[in-house]
Amino acid sequence: MANARDEILARVREALKVTAPKPHFKSEPVSGRSTGTVKAWLPDGGETLSEQLNLLTENLAKLKANLVRVSDVSAAHQALQQIALTKKWKKVAYHSHPLVSPAAEALNCEKWEVTSSFDKQKLEGCDAGITSCEALVAQLGSILVSSESSGGRSLSVLPPVHVVIATVDQVVADLEVCFAEVLAKHGQKLPSMLSFITGPSRTGDIERILVLGAHGPKELYVILIG
Amino acid sequence: MSNAKDIFLKEATTSTADGPQRIFINKALGGYYTNRDIQKARYRDWERARDVASLAKWTAVNDLANTLEAFVAKFESNGGKVHWARDAEEARQIILQLIAKAKAKAVVKSKCMTTEEIHLNDALEKAGYSVVESDLGEFIQQLRGEAPYHFVFPCMHVKREEISALFTKHLGTAATNSPEELTMIARRHLRQLYVDADVGITGANFLVAETGQISITENEGNARLTAALPRIHIALSGIEKVVKKLDDLSVLLPMLATAGAGQPMTCYNTLYSGPRKPGECDGPEEFHLVLLDNARTQILADPEQRDSLHCIRCGACLNVCPIFKNIGGLAYGTTYQGPIGSVITPHLRGLKQWNHLSAASSLCGACTDACPVRIDLHHHLLQNRRNANQTSPTWFDRLFHRGFNFVISRPRLFAFGGRVFRFTLPLLKKIPLPYLSAWLKTRDLPPAPAQSFRQQWKESSHG
Ligand code: SF4
Repeated sequence: MANARDEILARVREALKVTAPKPHFKSEPVSGRSTGTVKAWLPDGGETLSEQLNLLTENLAKLKANLVRVSDVSAAHQALQQIALTKKWKKVAYHSHPLVSPAAEALNCEKWEVTSSFDKQKLEGCDAGITSCEALVAQLGSILVSSESSGGRSLSVLPPVHVVIATVDQVVADLEVCFAEVLAKHGQKLPSMLSFITGPSRTGDIERILVLGAHGPKELYVILIG
Repeated sequence: MSNAKDIFLKEATTSTADGPQRIFINKALGGYYTNRDIQKARYRDWERARDVASLAKWTAVNDLANTLEAFVAKFESNGGKVHWARDAEEARQIILQLIAKAKAKAVVKSKCMTTEEIHLNDALEKAGYSVVESDLGEFIQQLRGEAPYHFVFPCMHVKREEISALFTKHLGTAATNSPEELTMIARRHLRQLYVDADVGITGANFLVAETGQISITENEGNARLTAALPRIHIALSGIEKVVKKLDDLSVLLPMLATAGAGQPMTCYNTLYSGPRKPGECDGPEEFHLVLLDNARTQILADPEQRDSLHCIRCGACLNVCPIFKNIGGLAYGTTYQGPIGSVITPHLRGLKQWNHLSAASSLCGACTDACPVRIDLHHHLLQNRRNANQTSPTWFDRLFHRGFNFVISRPRLFAFGGRVFRFTLPLLKKIPLPYLSAWLKTRDLPPAPAQSFRQQWKESSHG
């Protein structure tokens, strides 16, 4: 018996001997890209930085995420303090990052830096996870985190609150630009996880009624510097 | 007579007669229509975006062997392991062996219709593993012991009171009418199960050949946790999920969310390229991907319906389908409900037994209009009908067409028949006749005209 791989690929090749008609399109692809130029048809991502910031602000608000704009790093620390106080955090988790570590360490509650081989049970008991991100997508209000830039896979999703600290130069217009930047930055060595977070975790499974905080964070804060 | 068809007719009749339930389903979908339209309006050209999305899938599917090979080479170079499965049984065996080798006890799953297709839960439970569905809707359906009602909204037919009672019975929690409270009960209950599970099983929405990543779309965060906490991550995917470029997702991800759920983007869209890398804080030690054929190559071999492999399982065609809205999802008796289910189930499980689903269509084409990747759904339903007639016509079909042919090619006989028919028409409602009586039971029969069309034509100025 041939192995499954060879057999399936042989079936595929056999099946494709008959060609299927190409669908009729209004638009034709641009060579080298299977999707052609898509910018003009998808939701707007904004041309200038200020347009992009406006769109980002608007989209995050619609998604029920909280955006806090601050002018500099020390104001970002204060903003985080403020959230910690109002939310009465007892214990927070963060990862080592030049934007994140100093802000988290300045908090008055218990702080815990996740490193490799941390205890997942302990993370489950934290009030918040504080991370940086790879990019913010104006077009959709999405935040791109990765296992490399955001303290692994669970820090941004297991605690009930997720705080992202970012700078305005991380804002990109749309997904198309974002993917190009990811490929340019990481090349062949992609982080094992890249995740677009679009608002706090949600479900509509009960009578299609929106509830926030299904399994992931109930609240999402973005502290944006600049 | 096929068993599946009898069950379908019985279930569909019962659910259609349940007025309050139909109102409930339509109300639940009401919010979706509003949100979908708001989000669609944000596209600068939705129709052209559909062209692009469909082209991305067309390009990959029509070069499937090369695209798959490129994907697998990349995926494995990132440290994951690919397993190929010709059919459901082979896929189940692969997954069971992986779990046995890991000496795992508890398995946590995030929503994945392909695991429903291969009946994985049954196999795991028979082998003695505890399996828990972590998606809220799937979790509720698992407790109910019922198949998903809709492949995107698995428990959209269940009322909150029923969910509350279900949780009281199985989890011992106090009764509540608040969807928020109910969601929190499930959240608390499932938390510890993630932390304790050794194996996490997920599906995949897209496989990216360019980078060797798999993409998973979800709202709740359960798939994120399933792929983060357990030691081993197993993903199951059909071979048709592959796309060529990472950039293809810049169209497909937003369109999947908008078409299927009326969202700008689903809450979590995550790309996994391998197990935990050195220097990363957490993540599984092993990452396995099972690539499933299970009759997909058969659909591929049918150039007419090949585009049904472009399906991104958004669920839009169900949400707009008048048949789905009236008979509900359970009546189908299939893994994939609605128009796309009616198109592909005959390929997956046999045309003879499942052709009746293609007949259960008003051919209104709402599904085709809704499909973000432009699958020609309603024509595929017609093709299924034609194919069924060619390969296994019933005695009635054969007799009817022969009789029709005989009469229509003899003008006098046709005219005579028409005259007889005009006089006997009122009687039809009174005498029980096969097929016809069932049709007339719920419909008014218009009175017969005094003259035939040909007589009228002659007497008019055209004559
Ligand atoms: S057939 Fe089209 S509309 Fe239906 S689920 Fe698939 S992609 Fe969505």
